[in-house]
Amino acid sequence: MRLRGIFFSLSERQSMNAHTHSTDDRCENTDDRRELQMARSMCWHCQSEMAGEYFCDRCVKVQPVSKDLDYFTCFGLPRRLALDPQTLETKFYELSRAFHPDFYQNKSDAEQTISLGNSAMLNTAYRTLRDPIQRAEYLLDLEAGSVKDIRTTPPADLFEEILDLQDTLDEFRASERASEHASTLRTKLHADRAVLEQRQRDMEAQLQQLFSRWDALQDRAEVTEQARVERGRILKDMRDILSNRTYVKNIVNDLVATIA
Amino acid sequence: MSRIVGIDLGTTNSLVAYMDHGIPRVISARDERAMVPSVVSLTDNGLIVGDPAKEHLTRNPERTVYSVKRFMGKSLADVQGELAYFPYTLTEKGGVIRIQLGEKSYSPPQISAMILKELKLRAEAFLGESITKAVITVPAYFNDSQRQATKDAGMIAGLEVLRIINEPTAASLAYGLQEKTQGTIAVYDLGGGTFDISILKLKNGIFEVLATNGDTHLGGDDFDQQIADLFLAEIRAQYGLDLSTHPDHMQAVRLEAERTKIRLSSELKTTASLDLPDGKGRFTRELTRDQLDGLCTALVERTLGPCRLALNDSGLAPGDIDEVGLVGGSTRMPLVRQRVRTLFGKQPHCELNPDEVVALGAAVQADILSGGTTDMLLLDVTPLSLGIETMGGVMSSLIRRNTTIPASAKEMFTTYVDGQTGVDIHILQGERELAKDNRSLARFRLKVPPLPAGVPRIEVTFLIDANGILNVMAKDMRTGETQSIEVKPSYGLSDQEVERMIEDSFKFAADDVSARKLIEARLDAGALIITTEKSLADGGHLVSAEEADTIRAAVATLTTAKDGTDPRAIRARMADLEQAAKGLTVAMLDDSLKQGLQGKKVSEVTQE
Ligand SMILES: Nc1ncnc2c1ncn2[C@@H]1O[C@H](COP(=O)(O)OP(=O)(O)O)[C@@H](O)[C@H]1O
Ligand SMILES: [Mg+2]
Repeated sequence: MRLRGIFFSLSERQSMNAHTHSTDDRCENTDDRRELQMARSMCWHCQSEMAGEYFCDRCVKVQPVSKDLDYFTCFGLPRRLALDPQTLETKFYELSRAFHPDFYQNKSDAEQTISLGNSAMLNTAYRTLRDPIQRAEYLLDLEAGSVKDIRTTPPADLFEEILDLQDTLDEFRASERASEHASTLRTKLHADRAVLEQRQRDMEAQLQQLFSRWDALQDRAEVTEQARVERGRILKDMRDILSNRTYVKNIVNDLVATIA
Repeated sequence: MSRIVGIDLGTTNSLVAYMDHGIPRVISARDERAMVPSVVSLTDNGLIVGDPAKEHLTRNPERTVYSVKRFMGKSLADVQGELAYFPYTLTEKGGVIRIQLGEKSYSPPQISAMILKELKLRAEAFLGESITKAVITVPAYFNDSQRQATKDAGMIAGLEVLRIINEPTAASLAYGLQEKTQGTIAVYDLGGGTFDISILKLKNGIFEVLATNGDTHLGGDDFDQQIADLFLAEIRAQYGLDLSTHPDHMQAVRLEAERTKIRLSSELKTTASLDLPDGKGRFTRELTRDQLDGLCTALVERTLGPCRLALNDSGLAPGDIDEVGLVGGSTRMPLVRQRVRTLFGKQPHCELNPDEVVALGAAVQADILSGGTTDMLLLDVTPLSLGIETMGGVMSSLIRRNTTIPASAKEMFTTYVDGQTGVDIHILQGERELAKDNRSLARFRLKVPPLPAGVPRIEVTFLIDANGILNVMAKDMRTGETQSIEVKPSYGLSDQEVERMIEDSFKFAADDVSARKLIEARLDAGALIITTEKSLADGGHLVSAEEADTIRAAVATLTTAKDGTDPRAIRARMADLEQAAKGLTVAMLDDSLKQGLQGKKVSEVTQE
């Protein structure tokens, strides 16, 4: 690896967290996102007015994707949680053909840098939108400006079960693997795993419902106070379930790794 | 744009390929295999590479380097366990292995550069032009240090490495080009020293890698070792001989083990035979395929774990795979084919020569980069998670394994103490929880202006480029200033060291006048052969049959001389050929003058 001192702006996230990381997270919840995009609309190369999306109409040079462009807009998709994977993939392949460094080998350094930055951003955008959970987390971030809410204690309705499970896990780790005791514990852990996995599926089903409600609300595009409150409630519910689900998923992963 | 060649720099064999009007072809020196054994030997006449060097494995084991790829981007501690198997001497300087050859010691990239130079020369002789740009393949599971070492090797060899590409994905390009396949494919690549599995989705010319996995220390060499260990144990038991004190015999055992293994791919039983030292006669032993399978089963099983992990990471079951492609010489083993067939539940493909397919794919990628092929695009992934060490020695992952590249992640850093002027950052690669269990890529110190704790905000961008190589950039968010980062890679050559090795490589070449003369003579001879053959094809009818035969004979004599090592003989045979072809040259010149006049008339006519 060579570490270079050159700076290069892909997307700068003005994160307020001192030591937190984000994989190319972008977009603040600014209402004037559109305007920002407009303000940028001058070709970096020939300075002409930019009408085209990613390429200058006049000199055909590739343009850096604006850091204020959200992933949905980047793919030309409405900000909805139901998303056709086929459409997303097609668009991803199309944009990959437009941005990939392979096609910029004979171009100027500036264009190669833009191609690299745009491709990296595109790959992150695709990875985020492709997965329904990450997509929802991203949407929450856009809509409610929230960084993921990381749970450190079990969700209330699972409190007892999870504390029990953790005891069993500790006991299992300390036990002689071949012993009868370990085998009893293992059976119990398998049962716990099934319960938790079912629980995870339930939460995913609940999320699905919330996603549909959200999309329907967005489709209606009402500006009433009632709609605003409803949106706020859906987002809050989504956030709660998402963080509970992540918590349970981590426990399951830990469990699987321990009994493997 | 000048031509870009594709190079498969293998553990055992290396090849160079180019794109010939939309069809990738490997380049072979005349009457020779396209494969150049990845062997370098220091002889009394200087350094030699390839088949001639291979002969020195038993004659001159201490000065003959093979499987150098195993040492690329490694420290001595990484390979401690296998040192005993190598007859040449390995030392370490500045975290990089050095291989002792006579007076001098060389880093693995320098040795690899010698192999690359040989391929470069072959390509230049064949194509009749100077070659300065290449795409070089690496095992998909190579980490950052190993990739960087490969790139360094290219630079030392005088090649601009435009892209490092993964071997199984390269193979998929060659397969895809041939079959125009759509669907999900698995590429299983088992060579001499490394194993890779890649799962790809092919659709409308896009080759999207879904997941990759592997083992950079598993291959045919390990099978050979199993057989060799068996022979050595039996020789000890039967003759009371410990061959480990005879490096030449150790190499002979290793080579005979390999030959035995290869024969058992097509036969059910065979006999190995070895000359013993100290007048103990010959050791012969019959080995059946079943016995070989018994020796290798555990090793072959070890390839299946990574296959399952790759399937898992791509969210697929074995049944979802439409095609399985086999790559690498070791996939000729019936046991390997059988295990792969069982795992994926289908007959694997092996239409393309498993030895050549990687180089062919590299040539396709080279053509994409030069703008020749525009309908294909490879979207590859990074094989290992990238992260940094955080409090308590834990690795915090920034870019997960199997993320499509280019990929980037940002991390904001601040200070914990008032007036602190630096933050130490330790970059890691790997899948383990703890920093110490992962590969250390580099450490560096981020410079921070002295301010109250928590006030400085330095954003560091980690960017994995299309080569799978990491670049790091830092920016002070308060001032918007960018910062230059001084780092020392944990296992690798610094920029300065690479620079020096490039200079050295020119210097050595210049010192070694006779070697230089030979190289030049071979180059010129290659070019002359090509032009003469072209003249014969285009204008052979202009001279008598006897004259044409004389020319062909002269070409053949020159070809033989060219493969020899005497530059003067090559020059002499070149003069002979030029003399023999004089009549043809004159006849063609006359003919083209005539054609030119006729051509003019034709065009004048059509212009009216
Ligand atoms: N017919 C065969 N049967 C079994 N192994 C073979 C056969 N042919 C070649 N090999 C093995 O394949 C390995 C070399 O494969 P190759 O793909 O050229 O390796 P690499 O990519 O590591 O250079 C060697 O270990 C060699 O012994
Ligand atoms: Mg190979």
